[in-house]
Amino acid sequence: MSDLPKARIATASLAGCFGCHMALLDIDERLIELMKLVEFDRSPLTDIKRFTRRCDIGIIEGGCCNEENVHVLQDFRRNCDILVGIGQCAIMGGLPAMRNAIMHSDEPLRECLEEAYIKGPFTQNKTQIIPNDPALPLLLDKVYPCSEVVEIDYQIPGCAPTGDVIYEALAGLLSGRFQGFERAHIRFD
Amino acid sequence: MAQGKTADQDQVALICERYQNDPHRMLDILRDVQDQFRWISRETMATVAAKTGLTQVAVEGVASFYAFLSLTPSGRVTIRLCDDIVDRFAGLPAVVEAFETALGFAVGQTSADGAFSLEYTPCIGLCDQAPAAMINDVVVTGLTPEKVREMVAALKGGKRPEDLISHRFDALSPYERAKRMVKNNVRHAGAVLLGPVPEDAGLMKALAQTPAGIIDQIAASGLRGCGGAGFTTGMKWRFAAQAEADRKFIICNADEGEPGTFKDRVLLTERPHLLIEGMTIAARAVGANEGILYLRGEYVYLRPLIEEVLAERRAKGLLGKAIVGVEGFDFDIRLQMGAGAYICGEEGALISSCEGLPGEPKTRPPFPVTCGYLGFPTVVNNVETFCHAARILDCGAQWFFDMGTEGSHGTKLFSVSGDCINPGIYELPYGLSVRALLEMAGGEDAAAVLVGGPSGTMIARDTFDRKLTFDDLATGGAIVVFSAERNILEIVEYYMSFFVHESCGYCTPCRVGNVFLQKAVAKFRQGLANPADIAYLKDLSATIIETSRCGLGMTSPNPILSTLENFPLVYSAMVKPPKDRIRATFDIQSAISDARVLAKRRSSIYDKDFTK
Repeated sequence: MSDLPKARIATASLAGCFGCHMALLDIDERLIELMKLVEFDRSPLTDIKRFTRRCDIGIIEGGCCNEENVHVLQDFRRNCDILVGIGQCAIMGGLPAMRNAIMHSDEPLRECLEEAYIKGPFTQNKTQIIPNDPALPLLLDKVYPCSEVVEIDYQIPGCAPTGDVIYEALAGLLSGRFQGFERAHIRFD
Repeated sequence: MAQGKTADQDQVALICERYQNDPHRMLDILRDVQDQFRWISRETMATVAAKTGLTQVAVEGVASFYAFLSLTPSGRVTIRLCDDIVDRFAGLPAVVEAFETALGFAVGQTSADGAFSLEYTPCIGLCDQAPAAMINDVVVTGLTPEKVREMVAALKGGKRPEDLISHRFDALSPYERAKRMVKNNVRHAGAVLLGPVPEDAGLMKALAQTPAGIIDQIAASGLRGCGGAGFTTGMKWRFAAQAEADRKFIICNADEGEPGTFKDRVLLTERPHLLIEGMTIAARAVGANEGILYLRGEYVYLRPLIEEVLAERRAKGLLGKAIVGVEGFDFDIRLQMGAGAYICGEEGALISSCEGLPGEPKTRPPFPVTCGYLGFPTVVNNVETFCHAARILDCGAQWFFDMGTEGSHGTKLFSVSGDCINPGIYELPYGLSVRALLEMAGGEDAAAVLVGGPSGTMIARDTFDRKLTFDDLATGGAIVVFSAERNILEIVEYYMSFFVHESCGYCTPCRVGNVFLQKAVAKFRQGLANPADIAYLKDLSATIIETSRCGLGMTSPNPILSTLENFPLVYSAMVKPPKDRIRATFDIQSAISDARVLAKRRSSIYDKDFTK
């Protein structure tokens, strides 16, 4: 087994909370077995910022709420053979997509920012300024799930997914025999 | 009008009393309120609820369901433009522009002085003389921009909508009024319905027979329902006759809402007596004493005509107590107006609507023949079916059986519209090919023919030899012809938007799924679809068909499925494999345009930097 080249994995967190990346650690001691089979390329776990070469698997946490998210996601799509959305935000937009509920306004984005930085009852912002540093990426009109921006091959559900589900998916994908999840593993009630 | 004032609420209370405060007559009550006040306010709903013993939310449920009832003030003259695809191809856009310019506001709005409203409505059953519109209770056809300018000027000058039809409108008989408004365009009169019809001959012969004998005769004739589904009429009547109940009902479904269908309109105008005769025979056969004629709201211009016919028959002893002197044979009919809901053409929804409820279909079984209107056995048949029944009783089952083909006996009314020289009504025996009908109608150049309306089948030139029968191309009568210059995907997208609008919203797959289907078709039109989207269309369609409760959801994907099958190249020509597997439908430029304005800067990723 050690003769085979290791599979290359890249990961990114877009509009997410990093919880799904933390959940990767929940696969516990199986991580040691896993690391015999894979190596990480571009990922916050390695702090590699750009793809060093093409990867076998890209794992995306979070949906797209700004232009940088879109840019990263498109970059992942171009550089990964298989793209996997992990967690509710990547799949459906998740918590950040709550702002999509501001849909009956003429200027939903302005309303959202004013609520967050100025008018909200618990907002403490003495400057009364909405952040607008040139380094900040522009926000999208609404939060998009990853599958609306690029084609996604697989989705790992959960918020965050359990270690078992993540291991099941990765082990299946690495062996080329991934057939979907055990029903009991993706039951949340 | 304010409707908040006590005097107004007294008026509303009077309307309720006109219907004995009966909650089952809710649709009539709300229609009358709408007619008098031009809208239904919250105060009015409270009054109606108090009078009828319902909760206010139940009243609101009905008021908000029907398109012809409005919850905001609508104009004293409400103009409803028929927005069907046939009207669009016949020049609707120019007509709309003329209306908007002449009135000074856009479609969907009401003028500031409350004089005019302008809105769209789906097919109003006048496709053979499109573009058409309803102006309050009258209809105007064959509209042109010049005609529109003249009409608006007359209306602004204080004329009533009725005056647009004739300066001596009030002196005309209801039949003459209907004829002035709408041409019937009978292009081919067949042996059964539109040829010479002796008055009440069927009824007289029926009364000489036992009820069971009547049913035997209808069954032997092979008559099947003409509304589209084609259920055997004899069997339906037999089930209802066998059901034990204190009350039974005969309902005539005159809610032909399928875009492209207008055959019932012609029968209601030219053969109203035959229709009532058929209903009376049905009543005799199943032992019913009460009947309802459910007339679609769009045909309100025929209301005076139908009411006159009913009154005339009551006076002649052909309706009411002891009909034609037969002791114990009592039967009378009330006219129930609809209020602009396609779904009410569905049997269960139609019954719900007659009961004063929102027009939502009922769960089947139990079927209406055992548990229908108010829970009593009910026969619901199409206008044409009742007319056929009366003729069968007159001329005999064998006569009818011998016409048509095996499995589809007798004649059928076809309403032909669209790109042909002679749009109108053709009464022909079953079994004719589409090509033969096109030749009669002068539509030989057709590239596509929609048989049975959007819930039917769209066929292409290579299959024009298919036969118009229940076993091949079943239809409720709609034949819409499209020439080669029409865009198939535009037609499909229109029909999907029609179903989105007309879904009652009860079943999620229909309410939501049809929206997704419409969006997916729009993607094809914009050239943004990828090969996987064809599978997506089929998959989602299968889900909607499988999981919807009534016929609307079971047939709404048909415009897509039948064009995918018969016009596959139209779809495959619009499909592009995605570049780098990035979705073509996601447009980053429009997604960041709001933020660009708010932040007052460009995108550092997606906008070109001109300083370099």
